Amino acid sequence: MRGAPYLAPAGLAAGLFLEQGAALAASAENGKQVFMRAGCWQCHGTLGQGGAAGPKLAPDPLPFDALSSFVRTTNRAMPPYREEVLSDADLADLYVYLQSIPKGPDPKTIPLLNR
Amino acid sequence: MPKELPRAHMADGADFMVDVIKTLDFEYLPANPASSFRGLHESLIDYGGNKKPEFLTCMHEESAVAMAHGYFKAAGKPLLTLCHGTVGLQHAAMAIYNAWCDRVPVIVVGGTDLDAAHRPPGVPTVHSAQDINALVRDFTKWDDTPVSLQHFAQSFVRAYKIAMTPPMGPVAIALDGGLQQAPIPENGERLYIPRYVATSPPQGDGGAVRETARLLANAERPVIVVDRAARSADGMKLIVQLAEALQAPVVDQGGRMNFPNTHYLHQSRRGNALIGQADVILGLELADYWGTVNSFIDNGEEDGAGLREPRTKNGVKLISISSAALLTKSNYQEFQRFQVVDVEMAADAEATLPALIEAVKAAIPNDRKPAIEKRGEALRKAWADGRERAKDAAAVAWDASPISTARLSMELWAQIKDLDWSLVSSGNVSNWPKRLWAMDRYYHSLGGPGGYGVGYGAPAAVGAALANRAEGRFSVSIQSDGDLMYAPGVLWTASRHRIPLLSVMHNNHAYHQEAMHVQRLANRRDRVANLGKDMCPVGTAIENPDPDYAKLAASLGWWSAGPIKDPNELAGTLEYAVEVVKAGEPALVDVWTQPR
Repeated sequence: MRGAPYLAPAGLAAGLFLEQGAALAASAENGKQVFMRAGCWQCHGTLGQGGAAGPKLAPDPLPFDALSSFVRTTNRAMPPYREEVLSDADLADLYVYLQSIPKGPDPKTIPLLNR
Repeated sequence: MPKELPRAHMADGADFMVDVIKTLDFEYLPANPASSFRGLHESLIDYGGNKKPEFLTCMHEESAVAMAHGYFKAAGKPLLTLCHGTVGLQHAAMAIYNAWCDRVPVIVVGGTDLDAAHRPPGVPTVHSAQDINALVRDFTKWDDTPVSLQHFAQSFVRAYKIAMTPPMGPVAIALDGGLQQAPIPENGERLYIPRYVATSPPQGDGGAVRETARLLANAERPVIVVDRAARSADGMKLIVQLAEALQAPVVDQGGRMNFPNTHYLHQSRRGNALIGQADVILGLELADYWGTVNSFIDNGEEDGAGLREPRTKNGVKLISISSAALLTKSNYQEFQRFQVVDVEMAADAEATLPALIEAVKAAIPNDRKPAIEKRGEALRKAWADGRERAKDAAAVAWDASPISTARLSMELWAQIKDLDWSLVSSGNVSNWPKRLWAMDRYYHSLGGPGGYGVGYGAPAAVGAALANRAEGRFSVSIQSDGDLMYAPGVLWTASRHRIPLLSVMHNNHAYHQEAMHVQRLANRRDRVANLGKDMCPVGTAIENPDPDYAKLAASLGWWSAGPIKDPNELAGTLEYAVEVVKAGEPALVDVWTQPR
């Protein structure tokens, strides 16, 4: 029983961590759906890898403030997405998705890129 | 004065036409068969032996003209095609427009029945027109409607000559059905065939060439921008010589294979930045000079007209050498927005380059040579850095599914790089072949359609592969799905005539350019784009159902595989497909890919 007070906070922390992790996963999953539904993938690719029509977004996306400011107000090649088209909550989830995209392999380890 | 060829001796008018056609050494005649040119058709295959030209059966006039388009870009020789009256020429029109915009010669002969009192009633009358060439007059260099056999001989050779003189372009001859079937008069006019003598291409004025050389030689940051500059392998060598003399970066817009991407002066990826810093810009056969030195942003500013901003700094000197200035028509707007330049030569760039190179060498002051060498050293480093950045970018989604266009391109490159290959159509794959393949021969890249008329890629690839077959080259195409579906019958033409071609599908399931346009307008109007049940806005997706391109190709006589969705399955499949093509057959591999 003596260990219980210590166990309880640890269990609580673990629970909170799991809860946060689940929330993040849910956000990332919704963010992916938003990324596809809003047409971001058309120019940036499904993993945000970029291409001729749009720059790379992930991995290592821009800081959220910079990215959201650009998305809302850009007067460059990309059309701006206002709240009516992309809500703040969806934009936040979209960012979580971009953050969740893992790095690709090191190009030096890919034989086809080193012949 | 060139001598005329001897008088032709035969009984039928169409046979004489075949004799005229044979003097111009056409290898092939891609066409869809039709009653309006039956007289010539029969003479071509029976009197002419179906050789030079050999009839290639096509399933659409648009495919036939686009095949001729692609063939010319690989072979440097034009093809003749036949179109059936009003309907055939209308089918062909989009491909003729592409050839016009791309400055490619195609000899289009259209059948028609002119004599309303004698032509058969019903369909032949519906397919005839008083002035049938009016359909394509706005985008052909020249056309005629011969009314006698001698008239045909003169007009046909004249048409060929006009088509082949830079700026090159398609020409049209309307061929009366009655004239094809009329016998040669026994005691009439003596028929002769005019001899073809090539016309020298127009060169830039000497004074303008010297002024251009002076500006370039004294520039701190000169940039050479090239689009349809190299008409031949020699043209490519000349551009290299000019760039090396100046140690100037070259921005290749890709209308032709202008410059080897293995050369450190190839700096296309940095094009906009270089143009922004330049003090002198030399544009060689640019389709759009305005778009080269200005940016356009389509987000609805200025009451929907969009933002137009110069890319260049103040005081930049702009020079243009372009034969397009010699041939501008009014109706179709492919001449683009008007751009003021400081020196303009209405001349063929390739023909002007030898004089310009000599003038540049003579104009470079001795005290500028160290600075010019130093410029080259900086560009060497920038080229190497750019190559590494491209590899980094290619790795980002290396294992993605749908498969990344970088992975697709590099898996393909691994299979063909040791062959004598030719990329006959390149889809829209974020320029990965130009970024990471080694392209240093004129036939390594053939450029695009010119008029952006979708449906060009597949038939142009087959036409170019036909030209490459004679040279023993391995033809490979990165084939967009939407493009193929315009007229997939050309796949049958390829298998019927045993044209070896490896076609790898860039199957991204949509007209993505159009999807982006609809998304842009939805955003502008603060509306969520309606996707229906698809991945893209309604009307832009090619899914539900997903076309099965492997089955489609197989049904038309191709070896095929796919759809491939796992990038790790690409290597083995492509390796096998390459062997099929090396054996002389066409092969198609369907690959589900990222949009770009």
